[in-house]
Amino acid sequence: MKKQSRRDFLKLVGLASAGIVGAGTAAGAHEPLRVNDEEFGMLYDATKCVGCKACMAACKRVNGDYGSLSYEHAKFDKDDLWDTPQDLSGSTRTLIKLFKESERRWSYIKYSCMHCQKPSCVSVCPVSAMTKDKTTGIVDYNKNTCIGCRYCQVACAFTIPKFQWEKTIPQIVKCDLCKNTNLRQKGISACAETCPTGAITFGKRKDLLADARQRLQENPDKYIYHIYGEHEAGGTNHLYLAALPFNKLGLPELKAEAPAEFSEKIQHTIYKGFIAPVALYSTLCFIAVKNLKKQENGHTPHDSEHQKEDR
Amino acid sequence: MAGHHDEFQRLEGKIFTKSFFVLLILTLIGFYLIAVRYIKGIGAVSNMSDGYPWGIWITYDVATGTAIACGGYAMAILIYIRNRMHYHPMIRSAILTSMFGYGLAGFSVMVDLGRPWNAYNFFIPSKWQANSAMFEVALCVMAYSTVLIIEFLPAILITLENTRGVQLQKVLLWLSPRLVPEENRLQAGLERVRAAAAWLRPRLDKVLIFIIVLGITLPTMHQSSLGSLLLIASTKLNPLWHTGFLPLLFLINCVYIGYSIAILESIIASYNFRRPFETKELAGLAGLIPWLTAIWLTVVIGDLTWRGQIGAALRFDFYSGFFLLEFFLVAVGSCMLYSRKLRNSVRWLFVSAAMIVLGGALYRFNVYLIGFNPGRGWHYFPSLSEFLITAGIISFEILGYQVLVKIFPVLPRMTGHGKYSMPAGADV
Repeated sequence: MKKQSRRDFLKLVGLASAGIVGAGTAAGAHEPLRVNDEEFGMLYDATKCVGCKACMAACKRVNGDYGSLSYEHAKFDKDDLWDTPQDLSGSTRTLIKLFKESERRWSYIKYSCMHCQKPSCVSVCPVSAMTKDKTTGIVDYNKNTCIGCRYCQVACAFTIPKFQWEKTIPQIVKCDLCKNTNLRQKGISACAETCPTGAITFGKRKDLLADARQRLQENPDKYIYHIYGEHEAGGTNHLYLAALPFNKLGLPELKAEAPAEFSEKIQHTIYKGFIAPVALYSTLCFIAVKNLKKQENGHTPHDSEHQKEDR
Repeated sequence: MAGHHDEFQRLEGKIFTKSFFVLLILTLIGFYLIAVRYIKGIGAVSNMSDGYPWGIWITYDVATGTAIACGGYAMAILIYIRNRMHYHPMIRSAILTSMFGYGLAGFSVMVDLGRPWNAYNFFIPSKWQANSAMFEVALCVMAYSTVLIIEFLPAILITLENTRGVQLQKVLLWLSPRLVPEENRLQAGLERVRAAAAWLRPRLDKVLIFIIVLGITLPTMHQSSLGSLLLIASTKLNPLWHTGFLPLLFLINCVYIGYSIAILESIIASYNFRRPFETKELAGLAGLIPWLTAIWLTVVIGDLTWRGQIGAALRFDFYSGFFLLEFFLVAVGSCMLYSRKLRNSVRWLFVSAAMIVLGGALYRFNVYLIGFNPGRGWHYFPSLSEFLITAGIISFEILGYQVLVKIFPVLPRMTGHGKYSMPAGADV
C-alpha cells in the first residue's frame, strides 16, 4: 500500500466526519432555552404531606380508564382488597413514598411527571407521540401514535415514563396533569384537588415559585433552602420543597442545562438544512464516477491495482 | 459493478447439511419465543424494566449487529471511493451479510417495539420529529436495507437469466404433483422471467453506482446517529462513555469493525467451504485497520483527558474494567495488524481481526448497556428467553447466508487452484 492512498483515505475519513467533529467541539449559534412561567404546574411541599396517599387513589380513580391503569395487589393481600403499588409503573402515575433516616429524620416524597420546560421525552420521540402543549406546558402522551420504542424512558433523567411490560397491547404511562379528565372538568389536577393538608398546590409556575419563595422566607429553618425544579434540567413545572436533601429523597442532582439541549445542539449541527448529507453524497458520487471512468478508459482494474502496489 | 459479474460464483454443495438443521432448530426455538412475546407481552420473555428499557435486543441486534453488518459499507468505501477494484470479488458476500445483518436488525426492532402496528407513522410527515436521533436512524436503516437489496439484485438477476427452473419444478413436485405446470407453460413463463431479468440487468448496472454511493452515505449518517442516541442520557450513561464525540466514535468504530468482519467472514467462509484463503487481499485490507483504530483511540484518549476522566478510566473498578478491556482489545489487535509479518499469516489475521471486532462490539455494549446506570435499585441481565430470541435471529441469519451462497453467485470466483472450481455462469 502506498503512502499516497493512505492520505486519500484519511482525507475521506476527515470529510465524512468533519461535520461531526465540528459538532463535538463548537458550541454553535443556538438560541438559549426560554423558561415560560405561565405554564401549569404543581408544588409539592414534603413538610406538609402526611402520607395518606389520597392523591394516589384519586389519580387512579380519575385516570384509570383513560390510561388503562389496573390495580396492583401485594402478595400478602390474599383478598385483593387494596391497591398497593410499590413504585411508579404501567398502572401508577403518581406515588407517595416514605424516606426514613431515623425516628426523627424522615420525609414523604411524591413522584410523578416533572413536566419539564425542555422535556427529553418530547425531544427524542421519533413519531411525536410525546408532545408539550405550548400554553399549558403539559407534557402529554398519545398512545395512538406511539410505536413503543421506549426511547423516552432511556432519555428521561427522572425515569418517569413507565411501560406496561405485562400487557399484550402495552403503552407508556405517565402523568398528564389530568389533561383529559379532572383538569378539563374541574380545572385542577385530581391529586391537588384531593390533598387534605395542602401539600400539593396546583397553579401557574410563576405563582408556585412565588409561593415557594415565600414559604422559604417565612420558615428558613424548616426547609432545605432550595426549590427543586426551579433550574434542574432546564426547569420543571413540578416543583418541590422539602426538609431533607433532595437526592436522599430520590430526586437526582441535575445541571441547569436541559439534556435535550445538549443532544439537539449536536444533532442540529450535523443535519442543519440537510446540507452535510447532500454534500457528502455528491462528493462521493463525484469520486466514484471518476474512479469508474478511469477504470473503463484503460487497463483492467486488477492490473492497474497491481501496478500501483508494485510502485 | 458493470461487467464484473464473472468475478463471482455459486458454491456447489448440498443445502441440507448438519449445520443447517442445528441452525434451523435454534431458529424455530427463537421464533416460538417471539410468538410468546406477541401473545403475552414483552415482560413475559425479557428482563427489561422501566430502568433498563433497552436490553440485548437493541444493544446486540441493532446497535452492535448493524456495526458487524458494516462489511458491505466498509468494502464499498474501499472499492468505489478509494478505487481498489481488486477487492471487488469480495463485495458480494460482504453485501449479502450486510443485507442479513440489517434485515434482522429491523426484524429485532419489530420484536422489541411495544406498539409495532404504529410504525407506519415514520412515513407520515406530520409525525416526523427531526430532533430525534431515533427518527434519523429508523429512516436511514430502512432506506439502507432497500439499497442493499438493490445492490444484491444483480446476483439474483444473473441467476434468473440462466435459470432452467429445475429446482422450482422439484420443489413443486415435492409439494404436490398437481402444482407442476405443463412443460410449455413453464418454459413460456421462464422465458418471460429471463427476458425481464436480461432487460433489467444492464439498465440497473448503469445506475448502480449512484445506488452504491447512497449505500455509503446512509450508513455514515445512521451509524453516527446510533452514537447520538445516547447523547441525551447525560445523567445515566457513565462519564467514561458519555461525550459529544459519541457520533464520531460510533462512525469510525463501525468502519474498522466492518473491515475486520470482512476479514473474519472471508477466512471462515474459506475454511468452512474448503476454498483457498485470500491471504493477499486480506493482508491489504488488514493494513488499513490500524490507521482507523489509531484515530479512534486518539479521539477516545483526547476526549477523556479533555473532560478530566483519565483518572476514572484507570480506577480499576467495574466501569473502568470494561473500558480498559474494550480499549486494549482494540489497541492490541491493531498493533498486531501493524506488523506486515503477522498480517500475512491467516492465523494471526484471524486472531487480531477477532480481537478488534470484540473490542469494537464491547464499546457498543458499554455505551448501550454496561455503562448505562438509571439509578439505584435497577438491575438488568438478559433472561434465557431473551438470549434465545437473539440466538434464533442470528441462526436465521447464518442459515440464510449458507443457503443463498449455494443458490446465487456470491463468493469470489476461484482462479484455478481451488478444489471446487466450476465453469462460468451459474445455473440453477
